[in-house]
Amino acid sequence: MDWMKIGSAMLLIAMILFLWPRAKQMMKESRKAEAGEWMGIALPILAVAGFVVLLVMLV
Amino acid sequence: MNRLDYSVARPVDRSVPVNKVLKNTYTLLSATLFFSAVMAAVSVVLQMPPMTYLLSIGGAMLLIWLVLPKTANSASGLWVVFAITGLMGFGLGPILNQYLAMSNGPQIVATAFGGTGVIFLGLSGYALTTRKDFSFMGGFLIAGMLMVLVAALANIFLNMPALALAISSVVIMIMSGFILYDTSRMIHDGETNYITMTISLYLSIYNIFISLLQILGFFSGDD
Repeated sequence: MDWMKIGSAMLLIAMILFLWPRAKQMMKESRKAEAGEWMGIALPILAVAGFVVLLVMLV
Repeated sequence: MNRLDYSVARPVDRSVPVNKVLKNTYTLLSATLFFSAVMAAVSVVLQMPPMTYLLSIGGAMLLIWLVLPKTANSASGLWVVFAITGLMGFGLGPILNQYLAMSNGPQIVATAFGGTGVIFLGLSGYALTTRKDFSFMGGFLIAGMLMVLVAALANIFLNMPALALAISSVVIMIMSGFILYDTSRMIHDGETNYITMTISLYLSIYNIFISLLQILGFFSGDD
């Protein structure tokens, strides 16, 4: 295993350890979505996915 | 794949107009993106070794975790923002050199650059014009980000190209969600700290660019 892999693994572990307590708090405090709110996010995310597919076809 | 912590409650100052926060954030974001691009160009010209990427990201993360929280409410926070974005831009050099060495490398880099710009402007425009409140997404996005980090860690040892492609795709979706979430926070949640908002949006843009590069490189057949 080269130094890049070891360094990447250490960096990712540090990120996970740093994010974990904050993520738990955020998940607990985040408000619940109301009816229809997920539809408001689905449209732009699907548009992004379609755009990425278009870019893949262009190169 | 780095995110800021959003869980720290800040006092809501409704006297500061939303438009001023948006203007300050986008002005600082433009300046940092330009500075980051200049640093990336310097790194490309200097032909920096691959380890530069890890060291730069590691240094930027330390600044984000240890220095930014103490300086985000003062003028010195601006210097920290430029140090973070400059480091991250400099770290892009070895990655860009790797893609530029491919037969259609310049086209891939230009497409990823333009595509990232279109995605950011499109999502920001959507959040600003619809004025929808995306605050419900916070827990979902951070949980998704944690799962991506765990999957990326596993793939260092598994070394599966299909998993790497799936991770890049999911990162683009999650970062797109973060752009909507962050923009919504400035409009609805009384977020007035344009320094932390700039870093949050910058990280989303950076991660979308890197992931788009990987996806385009993968499908070009040379990655």
